[in-house]
Amino acid sequence: MRRYFGRKLLIYGLTFFVAVTINWMIPRFMPGDPVQSMLSRANVAQPAAVEAMRAHYTAMFGFDLPLWQQYLNFWGSLLKGDLGISIWLFPTPVSDVIIRAVPYTLGLLIPSILLSWFAGNRFGAFAARRKWLDNSVLPVGYVLTATPYMWLAILLAWALGIVAGIFPVAGAYGFDLQPSWSWEFLGSLAQHWFLPFASLFLVAFGGWAIGMRNMIIYELEADYVNYLRALGAPMRLVRRYAFRNAILPQVTGLALQLGVLVAGALVTEIVFSYPGLGHLILQAIQNQDFFLLQGTFLFIVIGVLIANFVIDIAYVLVDPRTRTGMGGAA
Amino acid sequence: MALSVTDLRVYYRTLRGEVKALDGVTFSVADGEIMGLAGESGSGKSTLAKSLIRLDGRMRHAGGTVELDGKAMPLSDDAGMDRFRFREVSLIPQYSMSALNPTRKIGKMVGELLDSRGERLERAELERRLELVGLSKDVLDRYPIELSGGMKQRVVMVVSTLLNPSLLIADEVTSALDVSSQKAVATTLLGFRDRGLVTSMMVVTHDISLVYQIADTIMVMYAGRLAEKAPAEVLVTAPRHPYTKQLISALPEVGVRYEDRRLTGIPGNPPSLLKPPGGCRFRDRCPLAFDQCAEQPPFAEVAPGHFVACWKAE
Amino acid sequence: MTAVPTARREALHFALRNRKLVVGTVIVAVFLVAGLAGPLLFDHGPNDYVGPAMAPPSGEFWFGTTTFGQDVFAQFVYGLRSTFLVGVLGGVLAAIVGMVVGFVAGYRGGWVDELLNMLTNIVLVLPALVVLLIVNAYLGVRSIGVQALFIGLTSWPWAARAIRAQTFSLRSRDFVDLARLSGVRTPKIILREIAPNMSSYLFLTFILLFGSAILIAASLDFIGLGPTQGVSLGLMLNNAARWSALQLGLWWWFIPPGAGITAIVGALYVMNVGLDEVFNPKLREM
Repeated sequence: MRRYFGRKLLIYGLTFFVAVTINWMIPRFMPGDPVQSMLSRANVAQPAAVEAMRAHYTAMFGFDLPLWQQYLNFWGSLLKGDLGISIWLFPTPVSDVIIRAVPYTLGLLIPSILLSWFAGNRFGAFAARRKWLDNSVLPVGYVLTATPYMWLAILLAWALGIVAGIFPVAGAYGFDLQPSWSWEFLGSLAQHWFLPFASLFLVAFGGWAIGMRNMIIYELEADYVNYLRALGAPMRLVRRYAFRNAILPQVTGLALQLGVLVAGALVTEIVFSYPGLGHLILQAIQNQDFFLLQGTFLFIVIGVLIANFVIDIAYVLVDPRTRTGMGGAA
Repeated sequence: MALSVTDLRVYYRTLRGEVKALDGVTFSVADGEIMGLAGESGSGKSTLAKSLIRLDGRMRHAGGTVELDGKAMPLSDDAGMDRFRFREVSLIPQYSMSALNPTRKIGKMVGELLDSRGERLERAELERRLELVGLSKDVLDRYPIELSGGMKQRVVMVVSTLLNPSLLIADEVTSALDVSSQKAVATTLLGFRDRGLVTSMMVVTHDISLVYQIADTIMVMYAGRLAEKAPAEVLVTAPRHPYTKQLISALPEVGVRYEDRRLTGIPGNPPSLLKPPGGCRFRDRCPLAFDQCAEQPPFAEVAPGHFVACWKAE
Repeated sequence: MTAVPTARREALHFALRNRKLVVGTVIVAVFLVAGLAGPLLFDHGPNDYVGPAMAPPSGEFWFGTTTFGQDVFAQFVYGLRSTFLVGVLGGVLAAIVGMVVGFVAGYRGGWVDELLNMLTNIVLVLPALVVLLIVNAYLGVRSIGVQALFIGLTSWPWAARAIRAQTFSLRSRDFVDLARLSGVRTPKIILREIAPNMSSYLFLTFILLFGSAILIAASLDFIGLGPTQGVSLGLMLNNAARWSALQLGLWWWFIPPGAGITAIVGALYVMNVGLDEVFNPKLREM
């Protein structure tokens, strides 16, 4: 088990290293002086801001230094938590901008991932090999999982927001409110949260339901099922065992799907102008705010790595084989 | 009489039509009898074994009856068969290595299985039976992945016989094992009968030399029908059906396995069971074939307990 | 025995009778034909201002027009081309990388396997879209080809993993041993002995990569990092959202592109399940 976690942590460490290196390398692929080109493409109005930024970037990049030293400096400022200054919200440090957005993204992602995973697995297992459900409801699952996140978000916003007028379609709370712990604010928060949550939930739900349905069908053909059936075990017990075995690949699947789910949250936030990381990315792209973009990238990578580690722990809890030190699938 | 099978027909549904894998077999197994069931692959022996416990989705019970201890078994009624399974008729499957749920500790799985059948798990009895096959009670707290192949096989043998079934079907249980383990399994099976844990037994095999060591009688199948059934000693030393004769003569010394699939000694192939020819099905490969073979010979008793389906078996 | 032709004939028989496979294939084919032939119907480009602004669907403009008077149907059929192109290119590239990594890792084993496994896991953990975002954001000019290139380079890991596992189990089979003993070189063994034995599996993998490439490309386009020239279904969604099609109630602008993507990707997934049932007799319902 120690070896299992050791390997995982090594991979996550390397991944972080690769991500930081990508971050450092990409501006250097740009032809010419990256600071100059960045500033000239940035939409900065105040001349003072341009000068301040030039000084900051030049110090940060340190182009007069040898490459390896530039690279080490980059790590140095990163480890101090310095991700640069946002152009879009000059002169707020990028890390502050990101920290303010993170709760909104997590508030959407965590409930939608967990709920869709539990509900989808339950539903998929229930539908498998039950003819009418399998044939009538699962096509809906395929449609859901094939739906681009932003399109479902747009449809929900249009149908339930604009046409029916039940839910607001922009922002995280009413424009006339200030964040506070009042019921009014929390109510508005929940109202604004619902549609983005629902569209994330639905697309992911379809994917889990189908995955589980297919896994269960494989499991129901397994030898241990045949044996149980030959000994007259009721379907209830057989399905329970099949579910228990089929859930393991679904836990691994959760880790594999994280990237897609995060991507879904980003585009959904854009549709609803929801002030999370996706919204930041859009603003960063539109304002050519590369520091903000890179900072957000690093933050997301860190988040995904942490989530992966949490899933690894969960996997050990559900798969006896990893616990008994026999290896098992991972 | 423990098991009595009359004119049983079980067909496989395939794209090109129904394969008559089991085409009218009639035989019986007495109380306390260990019957070896031998034949090439495709002879119908596995189909027969499966039919008695659980038809798979592609199999159809096309006719005939099966009685176990005087009660008719509803072969095509999956739910109705549940009354018989485990209590009256039980199975040691070919796939013993993978027959145990990988995510349950063995003791817990056995408990849940018994519970689901409305039986109570008597821990002491279970431990005693494990001891009988040379396993310590520790295995109950282990996951299947922690056991060796031979241990898993023995666990399955204990589980299958836990409710003292009247008929135990052992389906090619030795084919995945090395020679010394094969012997051990064979001895264990014999022990089950001698201690009265199971009444009768049907040991399906392609390895006559092995089953000869434990079986009281041996039944040989060919192309979906019975060829010969006799006391083991008689069948091996004085077979009467030309197919059995060739099978036995092709046998190397006892204990050495011969290859499955096709008997090199016998020229030709078994007939297709999609549209089997009329008459004796061995006719095309039989050195003794003559005109009368165009008619199916009856599975007749030529000596006490010795049945042969051949016109020339006098 | 004529096992191989029989098996193939049997697979074909099930293929034609498998509703999932037939329905999926027909849907994909319809959209493919629309994408190939549709643009020939127009003597104007997809982004030309040809009609009245904000016109609802009519006999002249089947899918209506945008706020600027562009023909939505023209954009749709041109967009289908881009969607298929990016899906095929990205899917093929990802499949090739996945196959090379998977075959080599599974066949060679040892430290080569360790190394490739490490690489696979790293790329697997990195969130693909976010990597694509920052790469694309720095590119001044973006094209479908470049988009497909980067999608292919980031979406291969799960395929490599699956192929590695399959190769691993085939590696010790008799026919591979025989080839190895008779001195056949490794690349040839992989191409002649191993790949054909998992061809159906490779095809299934490609279909899934194809579908996911389309979805990733659509997300990139929607965020505003799509091709700088031309149209795609994702760009249509991007424009519709940017120019307030929702608030203006121009449903005909944002429904077709999303429906197109959903239909194509969904049909690919359904095809995949159907094919799986055809190739894997255990899953066939009797």
